[in-house]
Amino acid sequence: MSKTIRIKVKRQDGADQNPYWEEFDIPYRPNMNVISALMEIQRNPVNVKGEKVRSVVWEYNCLEEVCGACSMVINNQVRQACSALVDQLEQPIVLEPMSTFPVEKDLVVNRQQMFEGLMKIKSWIEIDGTYSLGPGPRVTPEAQQDAYKYSTCMTCGCCLEACPNVNDHSPYLGPQAMAQARYFNMHPTGKRMEPERLQAVMSGEGIVNCGNSQNCVQVCPKEIPLTTALAELNGQVNRFAMKRWLKG
Amino acid sequence: MAGQQIQPAYNQADTRQFILGRLHSLAGILPLGLFLIEHLYSNLTAVLGADAYNRQVQLLQSIPFLVVFEILFIFIPLIYHAGYGIHLAYLSKNNSFSYRYPRNWMFVLQRISGIVTLIFVVYHVWAFRISSVVTGMEVSFQTVQEHLSNPLILLFYIAGVLSTTFHFSNGLWAGLITWGVTVRPEAQRVSARITFGLFVILALTGIITLFAF
Repeated sequence: MSKTIRIKVKRQDGADQNPYWEEFDIPYRPNMNVISALMEIQRNPVNVKGEKVRSVVWEYNCLEEVCGACSMVINNQVRQACSALVDQLEQPIVLEPMSTFPVEKDLVVNRQQMFEGLMKIKSWIEIDGTYSLGPGPRVTPEAQQDAYKYSTCMTCGCCLEACPNVNDHSPYLGPQAMAQARYFNMHPTGKRMEPERLQAVMSGEGIVNCGNSQNCVQVCPKEIPLTTALAELNGQVNRFAMKRWLKG
Repeated sequence: MAGQQIQPAYNQADTRQFILGRLHSLAGILPLGLFLIEHLYSNLTAVLGADAYNRQVQLLQSIPFLVVFEILFIFIPLIYHAGYGIHLAYLSKNNSFSYRYPRNWMFVLQRISGIVTLIFVVYHVWAFRISSVVTGMEVSFQTVQEHLSNPLILLFYIAGVLSTTFHFSNGLWAGLITWGVTVRPEAQRVSARITFGLFVILALTGIITLFAF
């Protein structure tokens, strides 16, 4: 049995180079995912024209959809390459780097903007003081369960890629940063910084850019309730803005 | 809040875009949405005959300081909503052919219907409001009837009514999220059904009215 899989990759030799398409035929094995298919190209980087080429570069790490490194656009849909099973994909399998982020090489993108977004919304909890602050308040199991969903965010970038309002000419930080603002505000100690986070959510880079296409919640591999967080933040930030305007 | 004293800089962050965005939503729902409903209701009197329609037109035109209300609650919100809306449409990168989710189609349709509605409204306001001020034409059942006797104009009006009522109903669905009313996905699904029902009712009202002339 010599079944092959056709893979079409949008390649780019460097950050300032032009992209081009290249096709590969790789031997089929049962239960392959896109990562193992890319590994086949790595093993034998010969394209369909029979030319030996530079092997395709991509990022991967955990191989179990928890690290967020292998996000790419597979057959027009952004998702994790590790959980994209070849048997469930239409051929040729078309692989592209995420378009929202600057491409470094082939399928590798620079997701720095997401980490900058996390800094802007202050996605941390301040526990350092000049004296011991003591134990924090207790958190109910229900609140823990609620917060847990948001804690699984792996900064993979799928929501930013699918969001029509995250792009070059929009300042939007994206659903990921908004949901993380909501997450850190849920924590009883983190709540102390709520005004600062809501300030970031209220800025020109914030929630006002959300257009309710709700693609984010559809593509999120971790099934984080992003639209719920966005709607909650809308209410919170409206009240915050009103209070600040009326009372200072 | 403790943070307020520690971080004096946070009061200075730029919130202009946020306020402009919220005003866009508010303008679309309150003055423009309410006016749309009133307008469809008043026009529906055409179903009752020419006399009823002309009486309704007379009644509206007899409102004291009508022009002030028209400018404050229709013209200014409309210009602002349209201008900011065009800005918003320019900001988005529509991707509904890759991500074919129903809500993503609605997102794109909201932008398309916004542009169609703007073209329709500009023409409609010119034909029945501005030109009546300029030329002194009196708006009556008969003038509307003559206007709509052209099948192309009638078709344009049907498209305009569908586009306007869709834009309002779908915008109301988004507005309920923007104002923090519908939060859970289940609530948003129910509000989607209700606002779709509203679209059907408003669109039918408009189309029935058009065929009454």
